[in-house]
Amino acid sequence: MNLFLEAVQWLLDPANWAGPNALGLRILEHIGFSAVVVLVAAAIGIPAGTLIGHTGRGRGAIIAITGGARALPTLGLLTIFGLWLGIGLEAPFLALLVLALPPVLAGAYAGVESVDRATVGAARAIGLTERQILMGVELPLAAPVIIGGLRSAALQVISTATLAAYISDTGLGRPIFSGLKTQQYDMMLGGSILVALLALLVELCFQLVQSAAARRAEPHRTQTPASERITA
Amino acid sequence: MNWLSQNLHIVGQLLADHMVLSIPPIVLSLLISVPLGRLAAGSRRLRTPLLTGTGLLYAIPSLPLFIIIPAVFGFSLRSPATMITALTLYGCALLVRGAADAFASVPQEVRLAAAATGHSPWGMFWKVELPLAGPVLLSSLRVVTVSTVSLVTVGAVIGISSLGTLFTDGFQRNIDASIVTGIVLTVVVAFVLDAVCVLGARIAMPWRRAVSRA
Repeated sequence: MNLFLEAVQWLLDPANWAGPNALGLRILEHIGFSAVVVLVAAAIGIPAGTLIGHTGRGRGAIIAITGGARALPTLGLLTIFGLWLGIGLEAPFLALLVLALPPVLAGAYAGVESVDRATVGAARAIGLTERQILMGVELPLAAPVIIGGLRSAALQVISTATLAAYISDTGLGRPIFSGLKTQQYDMMLGGSILVALLALLVELCFQLVQSAAARRAEPHRTQTPASERITA
Repeated sequence: MNWLSQNLHIVGQLLADHMVLSIPPIVLSLLISVPLGRLAAGSRRLRTPLLTGTGLLYAIPSLPLFIIIPAVFGFSLRSPATMITALTLYGCALLVRGAADAFASVPQEVRLAAAATGHSPWGMFWKVELPLAGPVLLSSLRVVTVSTVSLVTVGAVIGISSLGTLFTDGFQRNIDASIVTGIVLTVVVAFVLDAVCVLGARIAMPWRRAVSRA
């Protein structure tokens, strides 16, 4: 526990929050970089996944991509892009995008695909155009699952952005790797605690947004349906 | 190819290290998660804290967890125990939810029928619930297997040797063949262990084949 006290002391030391190496700056870098990656992944993945879910074409490709992506080692992608593209932000950006796309795609696809076909048929029968069906019926009903996809992408990106410091020295991975090099456990542990807290905070925010979307999509549904419980 | 043939024995050693680090967490998380999942499926009071707790655990990024765990458990930073503990925790984070869903998928009528034919709760667990939960459990186990194999590589940055060492070495010495070999082998190991899970399930649940053939 002594190690944790030292880490907290390191975190509370005002010297670590000032100057060009200020922790606040690292936090902003980490959040900003992760947010850009997730936004780009969303801009590509949501329309593509929605289209596949809506038309039902390309289903096999989605399953292959998401299954295969899980096996890809993130550190391997980071280092190979680092070698090919040189030191800078391009390599981690590309590696993170490759990791963030599959969950976003899968979420958008699964969400739209899970919308009851009878509901879509009813919308078509009352004269809605395909565009209106997509924007007004399918997307709102699919929103909880789409947000679920964004949530796993965001967590994956925050986690891997920590590793990105290995090749490009940005974000909250920096204190962890400098601590490793100089054998300063307080710095390493302090950095680790910050990343863990950041990830938990993002996870909680997504949980709130996701349950809000679920309430909007299915206002009559109770919290846990009876079928998910065992009474024995 | 030239690089690979010159470094074959190193790659083999790293491959063996990788296996030693990936298999124990997969087995341990299965052994821990099945009872926890059954508890979560059986009781509403336990369900929420268990599933929320494991869900939050999964949110913690791997590299920070590898550094926090030695501080909590008193391991040395580079010991395999650090890796195995961290990966078991991740495995449980996924599998407890999967097991809870698997046990919840057993129909209530089957449970009642088993109780009516005189199964004790213990007998019902082994002979009725676990076999019926098997297929859903298998799909979570496969996810855990593949992601564990890929996460082991992250340990290389703190100096735990595995196929991930090919990434850190290759990056520092500017050898892309080393990194590519590491990526390919990690994916191959993941698929092989995944196939082992499927095969094991086929042997443990022979009736599934009979059903799908009928």
